[in-house]
Amino acid sequence: MGAQAMTGTRKKVLAVSSGGGHWIELLRIMPAFEDCDVIYATVRNDYRADVPGAAFFVVNHADRRHVVKTLLLAFRVLFLVLRLRPDIVVSAGAAPGYFALRFGKMIGARTIWLDSLANVDDLSKSGHMVRRYADLWLTQWPQLAGPGGPEYAGKVI
Amino acid sequence: MIFVTVGHSMPFDRMVRLVDAWAGKTGRTDLFAQIGDADYEPANFPSTRFLTPAEYERHLIECDAIIAHAGTGTILQALYLGKPMLALTRLASLGEATSDHQLGTARYFAEQGQIMVATENEEFSRALGTFEFFQPRSLTGKEASPQLIDRIRRFLIDEERT
Repeated sequence: MGAQAMTGTRKKVLAVSSGGGHWIELLRIMPAFEDCDVIYATVRNDYRADVPGAAFFVVNHADRRHVVKTLLLAFRVLFLVLRLRPDIVVSAGAAPGYFALRFGKMIGARTIWLDSLANVDDLSKSGHMVRRYADLWLTQWPQLAGPGGPEYAGKVI
Repeated sequence: MIFVTVGHSMPFDRMVRLVDAWAGKTGRTDLFAQIGDADYEPANFPSTRFLTPAEYERHLIECDAIIAHAGTGTILQALYLGKPMLALTRLASLGEATSDHQLGTARYFAEQGQIMVATENEEFSRALGTFEFFQPRSLTGKEASPQLIDRIRRFLIDEERT
């Protein structure tokens, strides 16, 4: 509902990240989505203050070392994606973004992955894993880009 | 005032110990540290385990210099404010991170003249004496490079056509 239903053209974007640098990097690319309705999902409730007025959901933090938390995260993200039905899913990592792109793809959303600036020597683990679910698969390091690999189109700085 | 921060994910006792030792030796007390879920609490200056993003930003804005782990988020925030920053990289071999990814990022920002970086304890302790005079090449704006923003916009437009 809302703006999207009224105009019929505004895209619904689900922007997902874990904490720290991932969140900061995600925020730095959000000006690209100024014509869209953006919904955020991240791991800390107090990040809400960074995106005043925006729709905002919290999912739990998890990494591959914690199987139960990771499964819980996967279910939460799946539930969000099914409920929100975004047209676009974008993430700057890590685990929450991987699941969001994967499930987003399942419902026909177009997906964008921006691998973190923190990964200079190799893509992140989630960056590798997300490959076949990312329609736009970006690295911030030119030396990691190439045929069959991610695309380099600049940095968040 | 020097703001010391280890970020939100893991503690970084090695760094806090080194800063505390330096503060004790030089008589510095004008520091405040965010130390995470740490085993070691500094004796020479006040500390807290976690800060909300708003408190964290206030400390960054009010401090004169920053000592931190080489996390991308922390570096980006410090650079935006143009403050001198000394970063100690977390090492996987010491259980401080799950990989040595901070080395590459830190090296890049150091090469750009934006932060000072140390990996080893001695190097770090030496840098503590000088980093407050370091003049960083600051970052402007809170947005990604125009090239990256354009690329994403182009993707969105192409999606509309198909």
